[in-house]
Amino acid sequence: MRDARGGEKRPIGMRLWLSGGWLTVLVLAALCAPLIAPKDPLMQDLFLGRLPPFWMDGSEPGYFLGTDSLGRDVLSRILYGARLALIVAVIAGSLTCIVGATLGLVAGFYRGWADRIISRFVDIWMAFPPVLFAILLIAVLGPGLTSIIIAIVVIDWTRFARVIRAEAMSQSAMDYVASAQVAGRTRFGTMMTEILPNVLPTIVALLTLEMGIAVIVEAILSFVNLSISTDSPTWGGMISEGRTSVHQAWWVLVFPLITLFLTVLSFSQLGEGLKDRFDPVLR
Amino acid sequence: MSGYLSIRNLTVCLKSGAPILRSVSLTVSAGQVHGLVGESGAGKSMIGKAVLGTLPRALHVTSGEIWLDGVNLLSLSQTERRKQIGATAALIPQDPLTALNPSKRIGPQITRRLVDILGWSKTKAQQRALELLDEVHIPNATRVMRSYPHELSGGMRQRILIASAFAAEPKLIIADEPTTALDVTVQKQILRLIAEMQQRHDTALLFVTHDLGVVSKVCDTLSVLYAGKVVEDAQMNRFFMRPIHPYSAALLAATPTYTDPTGSLTPVPEHVIEYVEKEVAEHDVRAAR
Amino acid sequence: MTVLRNILIRLLTTAVTLFGVAVIVFVVIRVVPGNPIAMMLPPGATDADIAQLQAQYGFDKSIFQQFIIWLGGVMQGDFGQSISLRQPVANLVLGRLPATLELSIMALVMAMLMGGAMALLGTRYRDSKTEAAVDVSAGMALSIPDFLWGLVLILLFGVLWPVFHISGRISPSLNIDFSTNFYLFESLIRLRFDVWADLVAHMFMPALALAIPLAAIIAQLLKQSLKETMHLDYVTLARTKGYGENHVITREALPNAILPTLTLVGVQFTFLIGGTVIIERLFSYEGLGNMAIDAVINRDLPLIQGIVILFALLFTVVNLVVDMLYVVLNPRLRHA
Ligand SMILES: Nc1ncnc2c1ncn2[C@@H]1O[C@H](COP(=O)(O)OP(=O)(O)O)[C@@H](O)[C@H]1O
Ligand SMILES: [Mg+2]
Repeated sequence: MRDARGGEKRPIGMRLWLSGGWLTVLVLAALCAPLIAPKDPLMQDLFLGRLPPFWMDGSEPGYFLGTDSLGRDVLSRILYGARLALIVAVIAGSLTCIVGATLGLVAGFYRGWADRIISRFVDIWMAFPPVLFAILLIAVLGPGLTSIIIAIVVIDWTRFARVIRAEAMSQSAMDYVASAQVAGRTRFGTMMTEILPNVLPTIVALLTLEMGIAVIVEAILSFVNLSISTDSPTWGGMISEGRTSVHQAWWVLVFPLITLFLTVLSFSQLGEGLKDRFDPVLR
Repeated sequence: MSGYLSIRNLTVCLKSGAPILRSVSLTVSAGQVHGLVGESGAGKSMIGKAVLGTLPRALHVTSGEIWLDGVNLLSLSQTERRKQIGATAALIPQDPLTALNPSKRIGPQITRRLVDILGWSKTKAQQRALELLDEVHIPNATRVMRSYPHELSGGMRQRILIASAFAAEPKLIIADEPTTALDVTVQKQILRLIAEMQQRHDTALLFVTHDLGVVSKVCDTLSVLYAGKVVEDAQMNRFFMRPIHPYSAALLAATPTYTDPTGSLTPVPEHVIEYVEKEVAEHDVRAAR
Repeated sequence: MTVLRNILIRLLTTAVTLFGVAVIVFVVIRVVPGNPIAMMLPPGATDADIAQLQAQYGFDKSIFQQFIIWLGGVMQGDFGQSISLRQPVANLVLGRLPATLELSIMALVMAMLMGGAMALLGTRYRDSKTEAAVDVSAGMALSIPDFLWGLVLILLFGVLWPVFHISGRISPSLNIDFSTNFYLFESLIRLRFDVWADLVAHMFMPALALAIPLAAIIAQLLKQSLKETMHLDYVTLARTKGYGENHVITREALPNAILPTLTLVGVQFTFLIGGTVIIERLFSYEGLGNMAIDAVINRDLPLIQGIVILFALLFTVVNLVVDMLYVVLNPRLRHA
């Protein structure tokens, strides 16, 4: 009656805007890489090796962020690297999402033997060190874009399956599902029209998080020299090279690292932000 | 008459400014039992919490004084205030199931503060705890001291909390609905025990309850609270013979044991609620000016 | 009775999981198109040489037969022979395990200290700027995986302000003969503090990189749990006894708030152990994970199998220990 408890307002995410902004810039950079890259990312020039970025002594005009030990332009390589990173993020992320969410939905809604089998596989997967598993898969499949995507899907589907299974289970327990059943809808129909729309926000949030993870996995695989062929520029490959020459030319490590850092942070903040936004408990 | 505990014009508000306690004044004299009555949500617990300095974070004191043992608590720093409270007052909480720390044995929960705060020796504190458990009629005190809370019944735990409240010989005890959470069969015993302990140790007692029947058994004076406002302040005998405020009268009429022992419960009539609501509103207007 | 049954079920599922891991690794690595044996021999080796060596490692049999033979060996503690290092897998793997264990445990301790401190700070100054700062930094720390933290640390403390070693486990110049592979532990009990300090200076950054995300999780979970506990009646009661807020938080609330955090931290600790694979590589730390990557690159099938099984075993043991700790720390379950 006299409870005048003030409704708490949650701040509308500044972080949503920032991370969304960075990712937009990144997508544009990747799309326009051939137009805006100042140099050919593959062009080597041993006379121009390890040039520092523009504000330091000994820099050359045109090489804003310096060059690596083979004289390749760091900025151009970062821009072209964004293409591969985003392709992996989108394709591997979506495929992982489709596979994992489907299995999770089936396990959580149908229960029974399907659930038992899927859950057992999830348990087994949880007992693998994921990075080792990924490296193993790439070693088996051979390096290449397809292998990376397959590896990410195979390793990470459990992330979706676990969460979506739990969500689907709690949704199934709700009254509206029972009433849909009484109304004579088929099991499959109920799953698609009653359960799926309710777990969709979680799926979207997880998908965003997964894209960031895919970018990292690709970088890790490039780092151990198992990503795609060495001549196409990747952030992970640049970091790997930069790590070995960090005392001579720190910029070869720093700039791709900053780019990767911001990208992963943005994907994850976007995912978290979306989760908060859509979470029916918090809303 | 200035008592051991004296609250003067205490106003407590939410952050939004909505008042929870409206200019509350009440006095508890040394060695006396003062009842604090009102329906659920009236703000009884908040008065106790304001005194003990444990108000929820959403609430804060906007004006008033709380004098305890000659010191205005609201003029002290948080640390000083806690020390003062720890040395002079104690709480018997409402729900014995949640008021004991589940991961600690009973013994230390009684003795720790005697050692930590009052600087007693361990053996002396131990001795004192055993005496107290005996006073609250707990058999097998040594074994109980070694138990965890979850091994004991609700009534047992409330006895322990009573013993613990009296451990440091406080001059004031605040009991916040100490029997509400208990089985009906145990309620009477606990009530009797509190009265017994209060007399033996000669402490002032602020007894919070929504049950006028209970008040009549243990209290010397009482305050009736409605929506955070004291509507009547009275001596026990006078109150039960002739309540002054219509809300008090209605409340008394609604207590089965007093009007009609066969016990049909009459709710507080609509027009009385309207009357007292108007009073509260007028108070708010006056306070705003 | 139910306790015994639970333990049995637990052991059984563990066995099934480990078996599943073994089967999957076995199948996956035998799909490898390249011939690992051919790579071992010098150029110009005849087909007969290859066939002979293949027979020696058992690669001429069917996958099923190979699995049975391997399983039979494992039952007797024989994990086969490493192809690239020509030593028994069991010896190699157990020789590296201590390095990885020390790194993981050091990281866990660091994570608990950092996360615990952040949670306590956030609780002590809740609803203030300090709590907001704790929330933001935990959110950041959690978003970035250990691999990137490792690189950031290399730049900060290896290059910009070089105070720690960025590669290896111990300085080669130190002359000490260890009798176990638990260097950190052994140097302590032999009172060789110079060696101990050197080991810590090597371990500090990889351990910190592993610890940061876990610290963030601990900070979030523990703070949440502490804040809920702070509203409980026994905490309020402790306040009225004259104790200060610091005492109330650390002595009354903390012991109870830790319990619900514990199980989740257990799962997260297995993730941390998984993270050692790439972090050891990044810091050239001679542990199990680094060896695993080499094994994959060299197609050393028996070694890969051994390492993966050991990791899986480690994960299950951690989960078991956490469950036991939960019972030990919870008085309500202790007497059941
Ligand atoms: N944490 C809180 N935040 C905001 N309002 C509160 C809080 N706790 C209690 N209140 C409000 O304070 C009023 C008095 O509560 P209380 O003193 O507990 O009543 P009672 O008389 O039943 O003990 C209630 O109206 C309640 O809504
Ligand atoms: Mg109350």
